[in-house]
Amino acid sequence: MAGPGSPLDPAERRAIVRDSLGVGIATGLYGVSFGAVSVSAGLSVVQTCALSLMMFTGASQFAFVGVAATGGAPLSGALTALMLGTRNTLYGLKLAPMLEFRGWRRPTTAHLVIDESTAMSVTRDSGAAARVGFLTTGLSVFVLWNLFTLLGAVAGNAIGDPRTYGLDAAVGGAFLALLWPRLAVPRNRVIALCAAAVALGVVPITAAGVPVLVAGGVALLAGVLTPRANGTTEGQRR
Amino acid sequence: MTWWWAILGAGIGCYLLKLAGLSLPARVLEHPLVEHVADLIPVALLAALVAVQVAADGTSLTIDARAAGLAAAVVALVLRAPFLVVVFVAAATAALLRLAFPGW
Repeated sequence: MAGPGSPLDPAERRAIVRDSLGVGIATGLYGVSFGAVSVSAGLSVVQTCALSLMMFTGASQFAFVGVAATGGAPLSGALTALMLGTRNTLYGLKLAPMLEFRGWRRPTTAHLVIDESTAMSVTRDSGAAARVGFLTTGLSVFVLWNLFTLLGAVAGNAIGDPRTYGLDAAVGGAFLALLWPRLAVPRNRVIALCAAAVALGVVPITAAGVPVLVAGGVALLAGVLTPRANGTTEGQRR
Repeated sequence: MTWWWAILGAGIGCYLLKLAGLSLPARVLEHPLVEHVADLIPVALLAALVAVQVAADGTSLTIDARAAGLAAAVVALVLRAPFLVVVFVAAATAALLRLAFPGW
């Protein structure tokens, strides 16, 4: 699994596999709520499963069906999903020198670059350990996420109004849980409050899905115009 | 059919964004502007998603059981609950409130 000539100690490998499977199972189970939310947003079971198989990145998928649920345009849904998907590009940039996948391995493993597989591999101290963490987490999330998406979509069709079960509140809670670790940085708290205020401010005057894009645009502008994080002035780094 | 095009387009696009990360030279990330904006965008988008998901109802703003669900999620996060517990607490709070006060 971890490439030729892997020097990984069997005990360490077992520990990484065990932790990765734990994360994979916890995340995969959550696919149930995605499936249920997606069909209640008006997408079909097949469309819901296609999202999990092809997009395979949770925040983008929830954002996409969130736009559908509120009657937004398909293009707004796609753009929001893509903007959130840019996060995975940065993960890939950090992962590439550790994983060292070449040739056919790169396009086949690229699909597994998500929050969880990155978290379970970037902290490792060897390439072999990073590859075991990445592949075990990525594959277990992929299999379970898709399986439980199907389950949730089929069950979601049967349970009736998802609001009765608080599924609309669950999505807000999920986004907050994804955001939470990033709020440890004071600057991010300011950005988050501004983005939330901007998004709410434009809700009454724009179509569904657009407020989030506007907030993303404001962050982009703020990034270009504001000084860099303390200590890293442009041109002085190396 | 338009939702299908959006699913296909965004699905393929998200895959290509992942592949680009594994394929681009690492020095791209070392550009200070890229690094800076890259930190800000997920924060802004997720915060906006939380706000809209909880307080928007079509094109109007409301406070309902979803806000209580979010407040419960904050408590769970402060208590360092794992992801699934946070999500469950938010849903259960909203569901119970709606059971007690129908139409909320």
